[in-house]
Amino acid sequence: MTRDALALSLRRIRAVCRRHMYLLLRSWPRLVSMAYYPTVTMILWAFVTLYLAPTNSFLQSAPGFFIGAVLLWDVLFRGQLGVSLTFVEEIYSRNLGNLFVSPLRLHELVIGQLALSVLRTLIGVGGACLFAWLLFRYSIFSMGLPLVAFFSGLLVFGWAIGLAVSAMLLRFGLGAEELAWAAIFLIAPVSGVYYPIDVLPAPLQAIAHMIPAAHVFEGMRGVLLRGVFDATLLWQALGLDAVYLVVGVVLFALSVQGARRRGTLLQMGE
Amino acid sequence: MRDLVKRYARVEAVAGISFDVRAGATTALLGGNGAGKTTTLSMLLGVLLPSGGSIEVLGCDMLRERHRVLPRLNFTSPYVDLPKRLTVRENLSVFADLYGVARPSTRIGELAAEFDLGAILRRPYGELSAGQRTRVSLAKALLNRPDLLLLDEPTASLDPDVGDRMRSYLERYQKDSGCTMLLASHNMGEVERMCSDVLMLRAGRIVDQGSPADLIMRYGRDTMEEVFLDIARGTVEEATPGLRAEGMLP
Repeated sequence: MTRDALALSLRRIRAVCRRHMYLLLRSWPRLVSMAYYPTVTMILWAFVTLYLAPTNSFLQSAPGFFIGAVLLWDVLFRGQLGVSLTFVEEIYSRNLGNLFVSPLRLHELVIGQLALSVLRTLIGVGGACLFAWLLFRYSIFSMGLPLVAFFSGLLVFGWAIGLAVSAMLLRFGLGAEELAWAAIFLIAPVSGVYYPIDVLPAPLQAIAHMIPAAHVFEGMRGVLLRGVFDATLLWQALGLDAVYLVVGVVLFALSVQGARRRGTLLQMGE
Repeated sequence: MRDLVKRYARVEAVAGISFDVRAGATTALLGGNGAGKTTTLSMLLGVLLPSGGSIEVLGCDMLRERHRVLPRLNFTSPYVDLPKRLTVRENLSVFADLYGVARPSTRIGELAAEFDLGAILRRPYGELSAGQRTRVSLAKALLNRPDLLLLDEPTASLDPDVGDRMRSYLERYQKDSGCTMLLASHNMGEVERMCSDVLMLRAGRIVDQGSPADLIMRYGRDTMEEVFLDIARGTVEEATPGLRAEGMLP
């Protein structure tokens, strides 16, 4: 790729981001709503912790366990929403035709969506982290450097699910919009967010081992409860992430090709 | 286009059409609802894959290397919209980036002056009237100074005055840039004024073609509107008895 072509490509990615940044940064209710749900959930689990901690030795040794878990879970949730809601917005706007007739390449659209996902996640989870510190003196950064690994592992898995959901939206239209919100909860029971996956029945444990989030939360428990960071768990999570991300991208690309065959790119909308 | 076919499950929307569009000219694609105009334009734009046939646009195979052509073409269509919560300026800026427009602010300023958008540049697109939206869509379509412009009902929501000014601008733009235009319209006055060639579609097939003047003469009518009705309703034989027998109609 020549330098000029690269500059044009970066400009197109910037255009994808700018289109959504205009919306985000102009509307404070939008910004607040992104941090609202993670913050309320965090507060809920913080009070559960306060209630149980005096009689529970487990929570006495790791008082930030539930708060850390819920904040990291929201990294996964926000990461996924950041990709799929960006796409929902394009469908609602009936803007897909304009995008796919422009010189924007599919990989540039995907990179733009992923960049927006990072931003939305930082705003949403960042707000909740701030309130965790202000209200409960809990800092998620007390996990240290492993936090970066946990964050990355969950974010990339969120991207993969978000791309798969976007593919479903292209295939089934806005009738599948609920998937954008609900898809992630299908994997919640086998992600071991609040409990070790050992407690699951054997068939579900087998599934959990294929879920990157389960390895991340297992690693989080190691850090919070035993002060040990197990790099093997991290590599397992990242390896699975890579596979799921490729699957997500391929599904998305196939669904775009399918939409071009069915002629829905120009007509899809509210 | 050569032998272009688009088949859905049980419907053949475009049934093997072939045509060339003269460079630097405006060609009209006419036909009733469901004749295959939008399907044909969608395939030209690359957002719809044909079931068969080939498309060459500006010397490139549209099915294999459309990304080489896309920076040089643009379009308007009633089937797409611009993001409603973005202002007009924001929308045009985003598309200027997508098309790699040099000096985007200057270009947006030029188009705002041409299309009388100055007063609405800061307003959200969703708050505009249908006519204002049409003008913004046309401005978006001209941002990258396209070599090929596909216009699907470009002046449908405009009052006669603004519609006339838009047509004048498009004619001027074509004269200055040598742009090729393909126009799908139900406004026969617009077709007579702007187009040098007309392709008449019915049920996914080209049933006639020629210049507006030729078609009017051939069908023994006074206006393109009457020619359109004859062809769209399939009443050619009744309206112009003997034309087909004499080999004057395809």
